[in-house]
Amino acid sequence: MFRNLARFAAFSVLLVLLGVAVTLFWRSWPTFHHFGWSFLWTARWDPGRELFGGWIPIAGTLISSAIALLVAVPVAYGVALFVTNLAPAWLGRPVGSAIELLAAIPSIVFGMWGLFVFAPWFAKLEPWITAHVGTLPAIGIFFRGPPMGIGMLTAGLVLAVMVLPFIASIMRDVFTVVPPMLRESAYALGATSWEVQRHVVLAYTRSAVLGGIFLGLGRALGETMAVTFVIGNAHQLSASLLKPGNSIAALLANEFAEATTPLHQSSLLALGFLLFAMTLIILIGARLLLWRLENAQGKSGL
Amino acid sequence: MNIKVVALSVSLLSLGMAGAVQAAETLTGSGSTAIQPVLTKWAATYKEKTGVETNYGGGGSGQGIKDIKAGLAGFGATDKPLTSEELRKDHLIQFPAIIIGIAPIVNLPGIEPGQMVLDGKVLADIYLGKITKWNDPAIVALNKGLKLPDLDISVVHRSDGSGTTFNFTDYLSKVSPEWAEKVGKPNTEIPWPVGAGGKGNQGVAALVQKTVGSIGYVEQAYASENKLAYTRMRNAAGKVVLPDLKTFQAAAANADYGKTEDFYLILTNQKGAESWPITATTWVMLREDAPKATNEEVVKFFRWSLTAPEAKREAEQLAYVPLPDGTVKQIQGYWKSKLGL
Repeated sequence: MFRNLARFAAFSVLLVLLGVAVTLFWRSWPTFHHFGWSFLWTARWDPGRELFGGWIPIAGTLISSAIALLVAVPVAYGVALFVTNLAPAWLGRPVGSAIELLAAIPSIVFGMWGLFVFAPWFAKLEPWITAHVGTLPAIGIFFRGPPMGIGMLTAGLVLAVMVLPFIASIMRDVFTVVPPMLRESAYALGATSWEVQRHVVLAYTRSAVLGGIFLGLGRALGETMAVTFVIGNAHQLSASLLKPGNSIAALLANEFAEATTPLHQSSLLALGFLLFAMTLIILIGARLLLWRLENAQGKSGL
Repeated sequence: MNIKVVALSVSLLSLGMAGAVQAAETLTGSGSTAIQPVLTKWAATYKEKTGVETNYGGGGSGQGIKDIKAGLAGFGATDKPLTSEELRKDHLIQFPAIIIGIAPIVNLPGIEPGQMVLDGKVLADIYLGKITKWNDPAIVALNKGLKLPDLDISVVHRSDGSGTTFNFTDYLSKVSPEWAEKVGKPNTEIPWPVGAGGKGNQGVAALVQKTVGSIGYVEQAYASENKLAYTRMRNAAGKVVLPDLKTFQAAAANADYGKTEDFYLILTNQKGAESWPITATTWVMLREDAPKATNEEVVKFFRWSLTAPEAKREAEQLAYVPLPDGTVKQIQGYWKSKLGL
């Protein structure tokens, strides 16, 4: 009885997942049929002429999520390290709880904070960035543009704040379960704090840490309201991260209510399907990576 | 599992579940957010007088068109009119309900509301990304005596589908052949050549307010409410006018609905020395084949809104322009001929 209930629960999740994928694909079929594969890399998006291509929101989703991870992962690692290893108990516990509280804040609140607090402040900083970083060779082109305070970089930074608690709390949880004996043995062998962290703790918890990062990535990819507020919602893709752009979720939030023609609706659903597929592919990739890491670990006998 | 079911339940929710109980005492509507403030005000006063409740869900012009086509609401409201062909296909009728003005807003140090002057060509060139500096000779030529800084222009537009955008881009495509050719026909969503998007009138107002050197466009009500520096415009007659009730009214008075079918007339770029060039209309749509009692209630409500002096006063207090008497007469004739009401 209990076993069947559990089995039913497990399969119903799979069924729902499959149902969502099939419906999305079914509803987006007119678009794929009409535009073919080129939907993936065409940049035009013109509801008036009924020409739709998904490249700009697809790229925007990937870029903003990448910025978010680039910023959030090191910070989360630092936070988790501090809370579990370095901070005294009276400090570590409240800091840990504060980080977890961040995860409970609704995303629209982050969006409003981003637009009304962070963006104006960031707009004041942007002329400095343009003048000092924008003139550097190679990376300069990523940091030029009018100082609006909103854009791809702002979206990435707001996303970073949002995914930070997920990654940090998972890292903290798994760091605390590393058997003290392992650490102590390493210290006894003369390893430094850094070496213990890198070769013992991180090696022991690698798969869980990666899992936490991918949980954060999943949230960053699909985040809607917060991004809509700060990404600029422009159907443009420019080299500069300071310029406005778009993401799939933000585009859906903006246009779904007003999409009156069947092809427009279908194209929005096609983007939804692609977001679903992208997330799935990334998660599968992560599992494969973990599986290979674990195999390699097994062989090296660590 | 089917998008229609989802859309239906969302619409019902947005109507406050009132759609489910289509009693004679309750009117339901959805659509244009431009008309929402005044419609809400009218509904409250109308309820006091008659006891009839009106639930208006907003949701945007596109939502209004979708809901009335699907028969989910007693009436729909849109800032982008349907053609007679589209109306006939779905057994709909439409009539104008209120006039609104759309104004460019700017954020420049030292520039007060109503100080700067723009014309259609310059506005189009800014939104095309051809004019990129505030001290561009074309802007300076229109603003002798104003000190304009050597500052980049940050362009702001709506990110969501919007009737305001439809009317704004309709104006740009009328005054700039280059805009018409490059960007295409006016629409609620546009492939903007440059700029960043804000969600809703409020989003555009917020972005402009926070960005020095920016320009945007909002309904005049939002510009005055947020104390934004709206601009004057040079109109089709070559005269410079301020966006206010007088110039919106002038544009409406110059519009000749007599020659149109189903009131399909966009008010942008109207002739007349006093006309504000970006004046717009919100239309109300009804189903011809809806239960007679439903249409009767809707018509009664709008008959009151269009003719009662207190309804007109309430509209003006919110920076809306009531329709001229001649137009109201034409609408009443239209009701008679289409619905027998």
